Amino acid sequence: MIRIEPREPSALTNVAVPVGAAVISLGLAAVPLALAGADILAAFALMWGGVFGSLFAFTETLTRATPLILTGLAAAVAFRARLWNIGGEGQLYLGALAAVAIGSGAVAGPAWVLLPLVMVAGALAGAAALVLPAWLKTRFGADEVVTTLLLNFVILLFVQMMLEGPLQDPMGMGWPQSAPVVEEATLPQLLDRMRLHAGLLVGLAAAVILHGVMTRTTWGLRMRAVGENAPAARHAGIPVTRTLLWVAVLSGALAGLAGVGEVAGLKGYLTADLSPGYGYAGIVVAMLARLSPLGVVLAALFVAAVFVGADTMSRAIGVSSYLADLVVATSLLTVLVGGFVARYRVVRVRTGEARQ
Amino acid sequence: MIEILEILANPNFWAATIRIATPLVFGVLGALLCERAGVLNLGIEGIFTAGAMAGWMAAWLGAGLWGGVLVAAVAGGLFGLLHAVLTVPLGLSQHVSGLGVTLLATSVAYFGYRTALPDVSSPPRIEPFPPLDVPLLSELPFFGPALFQHTALTWLALGMVVVVWWVMTRTPLGLAIRAVGDNPDAVDAQGLSVYGLRIGAVMAGSALMAVGGAFLTMAAFDAFFFGMVNGRGWICIALVIFASWRPWKALFGALLFGAFDAFQVRLQTAFGEEVPGQLFLMTPYILSIIALVVAARRADYPRALLAPWFKGQR
Amino acid sequence: MSTEPSAPVVLRMTGLTKRFGTVLANDGVDLDLRRGEVLALLGENGAGKTTLMNMLFGHYLPDAGEVAVADQAGRLIPLAPGDPEAALEAGVGMVHQHFTLALNLTALDNIVLGAEPLWRLRRDKVRLRRRVDQIMEDSGLRVPLGTLVSDLSVGERQRVEILKALYRDVRVLVLDEPTAVLTPQEAEGLFATVRQMAERGLAVIFISHKLPEVLAFSDRIAVLRHGRKMGEMPTAEADQAAIARLMMGAESETEERAPIAPGAPVLDLVNVDLQGPDARRSLHRISVTVHRNEIVGVAGVSGNGQAALAALLSGLAAPDRGEVWVDGTRVARFDPASFIARGVGRIPEDRHHEGVVGTMSVAENLVLEDLGSPEVARWGILRGAAIRQRADAAIADYDVRGPGPEAPARLLSGGNLQKLILARVFGHAPRLILANQPTRGLDIGAAHAVARRLLEARGRGAGVVLISEDLDEILTLSDRILVIHDGRIVEAPSRNRARIGLMMAGEAAA
Repeated sequence: MIRIEPREPSALTNVAVPVGAAVISLGLAAVPLALAGADILAAFALMWGGVFGSLFAFTETLTRATPLILTGLAAAVAFRARLWNIGGEGQLYLGALAAVAIGSGAVAGPAWVLLPLVMVAGALAGAAALVLPAWLKTRFGADEVVTTLLLNFVILLFVQMMLEGPLQDPMGMGWPQSAPVVEEATLPQLLDRMRLHAGLLVGLAAAVILHGVMTRTTWGLRMRAVGENAPAARHAGIPVTRTLLWVAVLSGALAGLAGVGEVAGLKGYLTADLSPGYGYAGIVVAMLARLSPLGVVLAALFVAAVFVGADTMSRAIGVSSYLADLVVATSLLTVLVGGFVARYRVVRVRTGEARQ
Repeated sequence: MIEILEILANPNFWAATIRIATPLVFGVLGALLCERAGVLNLGIEGIFTAGAMAGWMAAWLGAGLWGGVLVAAVAGGLFGLLHAVLTVPLGLSQHVSGLGVTLLATSVAYFGYRTALPDVSSPPRIEPFPPLDVPLLSELPFFGPALFQHTALTWLALGMVVVVWWVMTRTPLGLAIRAVGDNPDAVDAQGLSVYGLRIGAVMAGSALMAVGGAFLTMAAFDAFFFGMVNGRGWICIALVIFASWRPWKALFGALLFGAFDAFQVRLQTAFGEEVPGQLFLMTPYILSIIALVVAARRADYPRALLAPWFKGQR
Repeated sequence: MSTEPSAPVVLRMTGLTKRFGTVLANDGVDLDLRRGEVLALLGENGAGKTTLMNMLFGHYLPDAGEVAVADQAGRLIPLAPGDPEAALEAGVGMVHQHFTLALNLTALDNIVLGAEPLWRLRRDKVRLRRRVDQIMEDSGLRVPLGTLVSDLSVGERQRVEILKALYRDVRVLVLDEPTAVLTPQEAEGLFATVRQMAERGLAVIFISHKLPEVLAFSDRIAVLRHGRKMGEMPTAEADQAAIARLMMGAESETEERAPIAPGAPVLDLVNVDLQGPDARRSLHRISVTVHRNEIVGVAGVSGNGQAALAALLSGLAAPDRGEVWVDGTRVARFDPASFIARGVGRIPEDRHHEGVVGTMSVAENLVLEDLGSPEVARWGILRGAAIRQRADAAIADYDVRGPGPEAPARLLSGGNLQKLILARVFGHAPRLILANQPTRGLDIGAAHAVARRLLEARGRGAGVVLISEDLDEILTLSDRILVIHDGRIVEAPSRNRARIGLMMAGEAAA
């Protein structure tokens, strides 16, 4: 017979659990690699090279990490308040849509006006995409998990509709894509001849600011109280509904910014395949970071590295790059179990003994 | 107006309604079993995908159609076991674990498919479940093509409604499952295993979900495509609330949804010139959200849903 | 009424001892229970009754001593220590204060749950029902079997719990504080049926801290204090004063309630109606006035509208009709923040659920109600040093024992958690205090601390509404006593226990 006893998680386990989860999930990748008949060590070497092999490779990882930092923050801030925002993907697309609606010629102006305008528009669009489900939750009790998930599909269809309609590039020869973002609305490149763009700085700044907000402000305290014990927060005079709606605004805005970065920093125009699931991966990033904003940066780097490394490996030896999705999914489940190991101790008991 | 009447008068519309509803019936019944036992299973979307892939792959490799369905059910049961172990004895977040299972099952399916078939550009096809013509009835005008020319899996779905309803309302097992989703302490105090009931219900429910996925590749279509599940799992999670966790209402909800979806496709062909097609494609998702909002107010959630329970801790 | 001492022993505890850290929860307790007898186990909160029962049911492993239960042939067989199944298999059943019922099932289904093999194609409802009917017949316990438990009253639910045990053929039944949730009439009914069951051979342990009911219907009384059995006697020979001394000990101190003249009204409820989610949580045309320097006790059996009154005074619920005046101004906005701003301090009934955010630190919990105050935050930025200082001061002033201000609040014991809440509430110097079950579940020391703080607040000029199911607490602390029954509130004309008891049962204040 075994029994489970709670224990106090130490500072060490807060770091050890995510790191351990990352290592274990990478290690477990050996199983599908072996099943695919690949040389496991060579595959790992290729992945490593794909991430750290050159400056270009590493900046590619950072470029990939940029949207993940923002969607990861979006998930972390929402989950902290127990608002299950699974709609990061849709919010990202709506942010991107707003960015191209304004930034691809509809509004003219100097960069110092246009760039902030595009970012604010994208953030607001993302926020709107989450405020609706949050309102449905607080007003009608409609489960936000399901509504945000379903809205992802609605928004993607809406984006496709716009790309075949009002926002279609007139010069695009009928392809469903938007007109390119104008020069003044483009996020500057950070390094010559690299794709890395200023979106990374936005993400890093957002992480630092969010860390401060969560730990040092009344707003962060209210948000945590609502997330961790809503009845007690309500009893203590904290406006629970209003707090949740503000969390929705913030979370949606962060995911919307991720979309802005992708079109205004990387792609230059919007297509319906802009995101390979950054919104969903952001949930993994947030969980790997144990919902800590600063941890999100590191977790996003890990997830980005897995994707970039798997791409390189896949091109070289032909093992499907879905391996990356496998590793990321496994890391989510392992970090979850790791959290359990940190919080509880499993004790073997001989029969006849019992808990105290 | 005339167009609408024409759609309703066409038996193909009703046949399509039932065809669209079939995988949802499996999915909603599966979600119902899990949630009645107190476990939210957001792994459903991935389990659908894994079931679609596994069933099709087994049939393609020569296991036969029913062999494929069985393989799909086993695959679903295994992912259910994973979700159940994480959420029941370990008591971890059902939301996060479910999403993790969806991500894992989806990537396992995609990776497995790509690994088995690295170079094909057009997906290989299987001989899918044929429509079963019910003797005599299938020859009826209108009702024959609408109701009596469906595949064996559709009849299986209908059979599962009866089975789940019977088990839940008429057997000691169903009584225990309903109790464990309401108050696990009550079940524990009477000497039944909370963990056993919950793990079993989640595995059985997940197997049903996977068979719903297998319907897509083995009856509705004859091949596996990436992204083919396309939110059907999430729709089931909304429908189970709409159905108040009752099997017959689940069937009704799935049929209602199927009718709207079939209707939407036909309106699209009728009005596709003037109105963008995406507006029609959105309607199933929007309808699900509306159904959820309407049902949420009076929703009588199983009381122990989402709450972890540990033996020996009152 | 009393069982002849020759009846065979069905349960024997010998030398049961349990130590938690340095605290001796049970110290060498010996207890015999005979067939057909009702044994009252009497003791204050924290006297060790629960620990003793937890050892009986294998939830705790005794440090010394053993439990033996008679088998069918009457031989005493020792139970495997620490095995929760052992007691149940030996025919010992327990009805907890917190019921373990599935609300979505009928009474019958709850009773027979788990009694049939799971893998049956259909249930033999007719046979099950016949058997339950027979048990109801024999025991005199009646419940509507076909009704969902969610639609049953508390008393009916308790009967379902007892029937569950009887269905399992228990020979020893432990009832843990069974009257805490019952009206006096329901309690009377329970006593009658328990007697009837005892006459048919059932042995009953009846845990209580209410002396009168114990004297009224038990055969024998065992008194626990500080984990030790202080005495044991046949009820017929028991003397109320002597038992009270055994229970309380000589050191039993009572709070000094110095007479003060009440001041101006600080709370006025005028003809307030409040429709709650159900009848048990509603108020009907209540009018209450509370003055400064006054503690007003609200006595009543649980579930008679206390929750609605508490919600109203916490700002969590708005009245449907009537007026609420606090300190001379009429309340228009009913939300907790505006009540806090008006100087209403609220001590919630459920400390863990409504009182604190367990995962947040002690210091953070202490400022939870003051996030708008410039001492706590400036322009939304928390003033860490000031918050820390405040926490240190509160911990010292209120004697909050725990791992310190930065530790999560959930690590505090119940008593220290309540002190934390007191520190937060009294930190505002409230003019009106709602204290809802403020000492429930606390050890004696913490309960005294709570009472002292309430009296201090009264001395400072606050008005206090004290909601409690413990009539003794109300009699000790209150200047005036109101009785709540069925959502209506009446002032008690005197401090006569019996008369208040009748009013709690809904009899008019004659």
